[in-house]
Amino acid sequence: MANVTLRNVRKTYPGGFEAIKGVNVDVGDGQFCVLVGPSGCGKSTLLRMVAGLETVTGGEIDIGGKVVNQIEPADRDIAMVFQNYALYPHMSVFNNMAYGLRNRGMKEAEVKSRVEEAARVLELGAMLERKPRQLSGGQRQRVAMGRAIVRQPKVFLFDEPLSNLDAKLRISMRVEIRKLQRRLNVTSIYVTHDQLEAMTLADILVVMNGGQVEQVGNPLAIYEKPLTTFVASFIGAPPMNLMSTRADEIKSQLGNAGDAGILGIRPEDFVITDQTPSGGVALPLTVEAIERVGAETFIYGSRAQDAQRIAATPGELPPGEIIVRIPGSEAPPIGQKIRVAAIRAKLHLFSGDGRTRIEA
Amino acid sequence: MVEEEGFRRYVAHIILWIGIAIVAFPVYIAIVASTQDNALIANGQMSLLPGGHFFEVYYQTIFVGTSGSTREPVANMMLNSLVMALLIAVGKIAISIISAYGIVYFRFPFRMPIFWIIFITLMLPVEVRIYPTYKIVADLHMLDSYAGLALPLIASATATLLFRQFFMTVPDELLEASRIDGAGPLRFFWDTLLPLSRTNMAALFVILFILGWNQYLWPLLITTRDDMQTIQVGIRKMITTTDALTEWPIVMATAVLAMLPPVFVVVAMQKLFVRGLVETEK
Repeated sequence: MANVTLRNVRKTYPGGFEAIKGVNVDVGDGQFCVLVGPSGCGKSTLLRMVAGLETVTGGEIDIGGKVVNQIEPADRDIAMVFQNYALYPHMSVFNNMAYGLRNRGMKEAEVKSRVEEAARVLELGAMLERKPRQLSGGQRQRVAMGRAIVRQPKVFLFDEPLSNLDAKLRISMRVEIRKLQRRLNVTSIYVTHDQLEAMTLADILVVMNGGQVEQVGNPLAIYEKPLTTFVASFIGAPPMNLMSTRADEIKSQLGNAGDAGILGIRPEDFVITDQTPSGGVALPLTVEAIERVGAETFIYGSRAQDAQRIAATPGELPPGEIIVRIPGSEAPPIGQKIRVAAIRAKLHLFSGDGRTRIEA
Repeated sequence: MVEEEGFRRYVAHIILWIGIAIVAFPVYIAIVASTQDNALIANGQMSLLPGGHFFEVYYQTIFVGTSGSTREPVANMMLNSLVMALLIAVGKIAISIISAYGIVYFRFPFRMPIFWIIFITLMLPVEVRIYPTYKIVADLHMLDSYAGLALPLIASATATLLFRQFFMTVPDELLEASRIDGAGPLRFFWDTLLPLSRTNMAALFVILFILGWNQYLWPLLITTRDDMQTIQVGIRKMITTTDALTEWPIVMATAVLAMLPPVFVVVAMQKLFVRGLVETEK
């Protein structure tokens, strides 16, 4: 049981490339922290620094009240689950889980009871004598988890553990990981590029971009109040619609708030209506494409004006395109002109560079 | 594969059989000649069918040797060859797997230059450096010894290179998982890398054993005593006789015996080799 605290952590590679540019995160005891961001944002590097697989070139990493910067991975009391599982191919499932315990000189009886307990929890009991190659992807994933559990570490580290699984298995393993973490109550840090995984798993969500933390907080709070346009478009699928407030049609509706620069509206906050809610924003659209997924429908519409393109990677929409999410499968035909509106409370305003949120 | 029909298939088979006959015929002749009477062979009247002297020729070859120039039983030569070939094969694998481990998994000054120096020795065959090597072995008083036979042939660039390539295909995560599991460098090597290298070692052993077994020039140079002679050198010495008839049946029997260990190694190791190939997964 331990807190993990990162204090102004930096990583500069010998070539001068700065992968992590000063990160401060505090993960409380037993909390599930998810690092999310696009590839190359440094989230895996940061996790590997916590594990001790990468050196720390600045700042402090503190696990359970002890600065571990100079401590070997094996002595940090952490366990890690790798993306490709990294099971020892020549060892049986039992030995894979027992290896780390035996290396610590644990008595064989204790090793046996711990491995069997983990196997019971993960429903691997019948497979203890098999080799990893005789297992399916999901089973290998569970063995990798088992190898972490038997150690009874202070901290679990997960490096995109589900990205090698198929979509269905990913969802069930996701729930399993969450349940397991709740039951064992072990502080966990989890890296993923999948924002859905991030939203569903996290107690604390850390959104990273370009080696820096964009926003830290409760996932729903981040969803509701993204601090930058990067977070706004990264969290949530389909991404938030971002548009320049310089376009006349929006400027006139926003009044003095029109100085903000960038206006964001989530697809589900639009309704198709002829009314204009007071203080809200209404946009005329031409329906370009329809995506029906059953319970809901996505309408891709283009705006009448030549709306200005706004830089807000990733998940950026083509200039002037708006996504509207409506419940059910009823949708206007392609080519029809519609009018969508969002109420004032659902508007997100950002400064022109997208780096700060402006409360209206 | 496309199934060839009728005539074309027979032609293909006939060509293959001719190929087999061409390759196998000398071996057949050697086996047949080793069962004949020497006088018949010397007269040029050798039959193409096996003769009746199998047991006496092989007994004499293995336990007595020729009556002429080298009076060394072939059993002893085979023992010498076997020891040399095993020392070379095992020694080469041991040395090269360790040096490859060092080069791939450790960062130390001049790592790449050292690798390139090892690599460059690939281009220097034993024959080129044979004089300095001989001088060193002689100065170390290793002439006429197993150490002298094997040591100079052990340092191997090829095997080091092979293991290096293999180690580079082993995922880094395995090393990282080992580090987190508390395995130090030696444990990782012993517990993970060696078991994973089993197939490579088996394949290399086959190649290196045959290479060692077939050494000719080096043993010829550094062995002077008959009892340290290897079988390949022995055959050659049996053929050249100064004042007597070459005892062809014994020479042929020796040749046949010289073929057996490599054949045995290939057959025995092939199983392990193939099984390992199927089993191992990185």
